[in-house]
Amino acid sequence: MSQFTMSQFAFPPPPPSPAADAFRAEIRDFLAAEVEHRPALDRAQSWNGLDPAFSRKLGARGWLGLTWPKRYGGQERSGLERYVLLEELLAAGAPVGAHWIAERQSGPSLLRYGTEAQKAAILPRIAAGECFFCIGMSEPDSGSDLASVRTRAEREGDGWRVNGTKLWTTNATHCHLMILFCRTGPLDREHRHAGTSQFLVDLTLPGITIRPVRNLVGEHHFNEVVFEDVRLPGDALLGREGEGWAQVTGELAYERSGPERFLSSFRLLVELVRVLRPAADARAEIALGRLGAEIITLRRMSRSVAGLLQAGADPALEAAMVKDLGALVEQAIPEIARDLVADGPPTPQARAFAEVLAYTTLHAPSFSLRGGTREILRGIIARGLGLR
Amino acid sequence: MTNSQADARSDPQADDAGAMLRETADRLLADRLTPQIRARGAAGEWPGDLWAALDELGLPAAILPEAAGGFGVPVADALSLLTVAGRHALPLPLADTMLAGLALARAGIAIPPGPLAVAQGSEVRLDAAGRATGQAWGVSFGRHARAVVVLADGPDGPVLVALPRDALAIEPGLDIAGDPCDAVRVEAVPAPSAPAPFGAAELRAAGAATRALMMAGALDAVSAMTVGYANERRQFGRAIGQFQAVQQSLAVLAGQAASAAVAAGLAAEAVAAWAGASGPGLLPAVAAAKVRTGEAAGQGTAIAHQVHGAIGFTQEHRLHRYTGRLRAWRDAFGREAEWAQVLGRHLIAAGPDGLWPAITAA
Repeated sequence: MSQFTMSQFAFPPPPPSPAADAFRAEIRDFLAAEVEHRPALDRAQSWNGLDPAFSRKLGARGWLGLTWPKRYGGQERSGLERYVLLEELLAAGAPVGAHWIAERQSGPSLLRYGTEAQKAAILPRIAAGECFFCIGMSEPDSGSDLASVRTRAEREGDGWRVNGTKLWTTNATHCHLMILFCRTGPLDREHRHAGTSQFLVDLTLPGITIRPVRNLVGEHHFNEVVFEDVRLPGDALLGREGEGWAQVTGELAYERSGPERFLSSFRLLVELVRVLRPAADARAEIALGRLGAEIITLRRMSRSVAGLLQAGADPALEAAMVKDLGALVEQAIPEIARDLVADGPPTPQARAFAEVLAYTTLHAPSFSLRGGTREILRGIIARGLGLR
Repeated sequence: MTNSQADARSDPQADDAGAMLRETADRLLADRLTPQIRARGAAGEWPGDLWAALDELGLPAAILPEAAGGFGVPVADALSLLTVAGRHALPLPLADTMLAGLALARAGIAIPPGPLAVAQGSEVRLDAAGRATGQAWGVSFGRHARAVVVLADGPDGPVLVALPRDALAIEPGLDIAGDPCDAVRVEAVPAPSAPAPFGAAELRAAGAATRALMMAGALDAVSAMTVGYANERRQFGRAIGQFQAVQQSLAVLAGQAASAAVAAGLAAEAVAAWAGASGPGLLPAVAAAKVRTGEAAGQGTAIAHQVHGAIGFTQEHRLHRYTGRLRAWRDAFGREAEWAQVLGRHLIAAGPDGLWPAITAA
């Protein structure tokens, strides 16, 4: 039992990690050389920022797949050390988008469900920053209701034939592989989650068409990925046939609790402090303090979940809470920042602030949509409370 | 002394010591903090028998070093007792007695037996003969305290003073929950004192930490009782907790309660480090905790009342015991804006490049 155990949710203090503290200084030195010179707007892109060369640099240092077994290219270091690395990268505004999904989600899924051949072939490439992944879950008619997916893989000979359309597939044009979630059995109205499976899909296969979907700013991150009679080999199946739902939901605590769930707007806060600092008034101090209190608390909650994950627990509910609360803060930051800064002469600092403010404001709606909408997260929390 | 207390003393594992203390306190309050006791307290009577029961278990002294009459429980574990106090909406000065004891022990002043108070604000001078003159306010349960701890101006600098009860002129008042919150005056009163081992801002922060811990406990209880009510109360042929609108509100309440608990944990660790005169000090952890728990108290209280409907607005229903104290505790030892300004100033002073290191140091 932890010291401040809640009735329904537990956020025990993260275990002390002297190794992580030492690691932090090493990471900060690296970031000072590699990231600090980058323009404020680039750094504000947070984990949307794409720079494959930077990802390879991290890979060369052994900083991708830090916790994985050495035989798969990892370093066998602790989850809390990896946490420090992630939060330092995000706080600095490092361009981590190219490898982010592969390192956070796809690699751990492979480790858990992959065959020895799959792991040996793919994990070292992820760890080197040379193999990027996208997630094939959402479809035109399946967003929050993932069990309603219609993309289907049919057995054909030793392999599979896939037809269907995936949507909102981030960075598909930059990725080598997709983990595809689709139907492999008939839809059972009583057990809607049954009959789904996951596949490792090489995005260069014939029959796959990737079309860009520009976001409201005009950027191309999203894609539509169409599968027309795509032939997958038998060893493309990830994990067990029919277990897709359980495998996908098993990743959620990793996907929803990390520092990227409360630091998406952090660079705006940095630019805000830069412009406020010469003459911050009481109103600015109070506003900054409120945001600081949220971030300090969320960071502790997020690290607590990292400690639980490291200890082998499945803190899916706690992770949902981190993501729900984190998105609120991420979305509050641009609203508060715009209120605290009046217009003035276009100094370089003022210009950087204005650019970062605009970028963050326009992207803010996505923070409570991606990775599980606010309403879905709160529904999960409510069920965890015993409400049905 | 009970068996569980003996276990708590000898247990080498700090966390288990805290768990044991909390269980002991929880059982005692579940048994003894009856509606009758609450009614007597609300009518202005001192529930001395309940205090005696707490005292007999050694709970108010649990935070003290062994030399000062404690039994060697880590300070953070002893502080976690205050989450239990919050969970029971305790109408007794456990928090201030613990804090006063901790402060007096650090200053080397003998700790008077019985309930103690810590003034939220004061203007007191100590003359060369050791006599105190001035006033103090925001003194929770001041009329029942054996001594009121204040920081005063002494002839050679700041001093910590234990104003003795018998010499106090009390101006009684009530906080928003109806618990005593008095002002006191002293005029040339001989009082035990010692050079202050910390400043007024630190004492105020330590007080804020105690309220953060109690708010965390109270919010936990409020979240649980509100979920329970939503599962029982039926309208339109089903439990109101089956409506998505209500479920979403309850999820927000639980999130605020969880966030408050985590923030309060940070505050407890900071106070423990401060009590041992080590660590980075009370800032920014306590400032963050008081802001966050105070905000959570505001949001959580509003949702709990909304879900409980009219019955939760009655004197008869227990909800107001918790929500009233949440409102009192978020006001005590500095409201959210006060601590937000302290924290904000700290973060802005760190500058754009120091902002993140200031956050990871918290």
